[in-house]
Amino acid sequence: MTDLQERLAPVQTETPRPSPRPRNRSLLKHAGLILLTVIMLYPVIWMVVSSLRPGNEIFRSPGLVLSDLELNNYGEGWNALSSPFGHFLLNSAIVVVGCIIGNLVSCSMAAYAFARLEFTGKKLWFAIMLGTIMLPIHVIIVPQYIMFSQLGWVNTFLPLIVPKLLATDAFFVFLMVQFIRGLPKELDEAARIDGAGHPRIFLQVILPLMLPALATTTIFTFIWTWNDFFSQLIYLTDPEMYTVPVALRSFVDATVATSWGSMFAMSVVSLLPIFLAFLIGQRYLIKGIATTGIK
Amino acid sequence: MSAIGELQRLNSTTGGPPRKKDNKAAFVFLLPWFAGLLLITAGPVAASFVLGFTDYNLIQPPEFSGVENFERMLTDERLHQALGVTFKYVLISVPLQLAAALGLAMLLDRGLRGLAFYRSAFYLPSLLGSSVAIAVLWRQIFGADGLVNQALALVGIEGRGWISDPDTALSTLIVLNVWTFGAPMVIFLAGLRQIPVMYYEAASVDGAGRWTVFRKITIPLLSPIIFFNLVLQIIHAFQAFTQAFVVSGGSGGPSDSTLFYTLYLYQRGFHNFDMGYASALAWLLLIIIAAFTAVNFWAAKRWVFYDD
Repeated sequence: MTDLQERLAPVQTETPRPSPRPRNRSLLKHAGLILLTVIMLYPVIWMVVSSLRPGNEIFRSPGLVLSDLELNNYGEGWNALSSPFGHFLLNSAIVVVGCIIGNLVSCSMAAYAFARLEFTGKKLWFAIMLGTIMLPIHVIIVPQYIMFSQLGWVNTFLPLIVPKLLATDAFFVFLMVQFIRGLPKELDEAARIDGAGHPRIFLQVILPLMLPALATTTIFTFIWTWNDFFSQLIYLTDPEMYTVPVALRSFVDATVATSWGSMFAMSVVSLLPIFLAFLIGQRYLIKGIATTGIK
Repeated sequence: MSAIGELQRLNSTTGGPPRKKDNKAAFVFLLPWFAGLLLITAGPVAASFVLGFTDYNLIQPPEFSGVENFERMLTDERLHQALGVTFKYVLISVPLQLAAALGLAMLLDRGLRGLAFYRSAFYLPSLLGSSVAIAVLWRQIFGADGLVNQALALVGIEGRGWISDPDTALSTLIVLNVWTFGAPMVIFLAGLRQIPVMYYEAASVDGAGRWTVFRKITIPLLSPIIFFNLVLQIIHAFQAFTQAFVVSGGSGGPSDSTLFYTLYLYQRGFHNFDMGYASALAWLLLIIIAAFTAVNFWAAKRWVFYDD
């Protein structure tokens, strides 16, 4: 089991340090690290504070003190575009849920085949799968756009969701392959001796054990899809269909620097789900990134 | 461990007795992936290659134009500008970002109290960094009345419009990319964990200094991970788009100083509907990225050290 844990979570295996360093050096180090943390997070915290300030104060104060709370920015930002901001949040949520379901189903199936089945050309297919991780989206976006526009899918969520149903996020296939390889083979061999076929082994033995990898996939898909701008910008041109990033961008263009307060307010709203996903899924995010290097 | 290590390993055959093939079952499980490969990935790659030799505006059918698109690249000054901007961005921001990632990973060493907290705090910007919201924030921070200038004013330095000045606009985006060093840092941390403590103990018994330990133990043993991060971050940086798009309002300005390659490609393809040329541009990008990756793999033979 420890071996298994190590494979899944190299981050969490702590080796005790041979001899503790002198205390004052460690204090100095903490001071430096805390200072850096503050610098790193300052812009984001300042944005949150600024979203609660009256517009003219944003330009006067690099500090974080709130003289009086201005909640108007949120109300104004919420209703600044053709639809209330909730509409865009809902659109983003639909896309995100679709992508998560797509990735979970299709990538786990492919991963099971690559990790547990023997088939002709397996090595070659696996190499191709890994290769697609490094393929820039720009190489396929033009023909893909032409294809989807001929299908009449532009200004629908289909071009964003359907590729995920087809395991095109090879990152997750790889992540899940790594995970399944870490599971003891005896489990599915025992199931096979008991007469279970591959569908049953996959659904009843492997999938339940894969929950941590599925959680990692869910959280990364959530964050990436929520943040994705390029493909949403291309496929969603009707304001009714805008997702959060596209709406926020059109907001920026519409108001150019006239209303930083409400722009920051909606930026905060748009970052909130990411932040929550980060808080809830930290463990899985760190594991996922440490085992595969995905970002 | 990593996808790249995996790719390198595929060359060597691994032993083990041959097993009965499950071709039919494998095909069923891989059906979505095969369909995706054909329809979403390989098909469009091939189509984009063909389109690169055509003139196509989405309305009239594509017209074969031979190598015209590629000739046009030679004299396209905005393309040359975009290449320059992108190379500068990649070659400056990636080394800085990785140096920050490695430095911090080494500071956050074994047994440090509050490690989980620091790791999370440094990692968070990597998750936020690619969002439109952070690009909006950057636009303010480095604007004429922005946070940076307000802070500079406190110490009596007069700032400038960092984003509206062509000399500094790109630097603000480089800063943004360096700010997201948390993701490679986490990978470095995992790699550092795998270096056996006994190496360090042996070195300290031998009386090796910190610099020697870093050069002779940490760097060689970490080299596969450094290599991995380098390859991945370069590929990633070549594809940067959102930040430049939002900061410049989609124009790549001021004076095309933030005209990233992908932004130019977007303008040609999805603004001017110049799909043939955009496809040719996409292929040039692919070739550039592939060349960088190949050079990396070639150079890796000299400095990447594999334990097994």
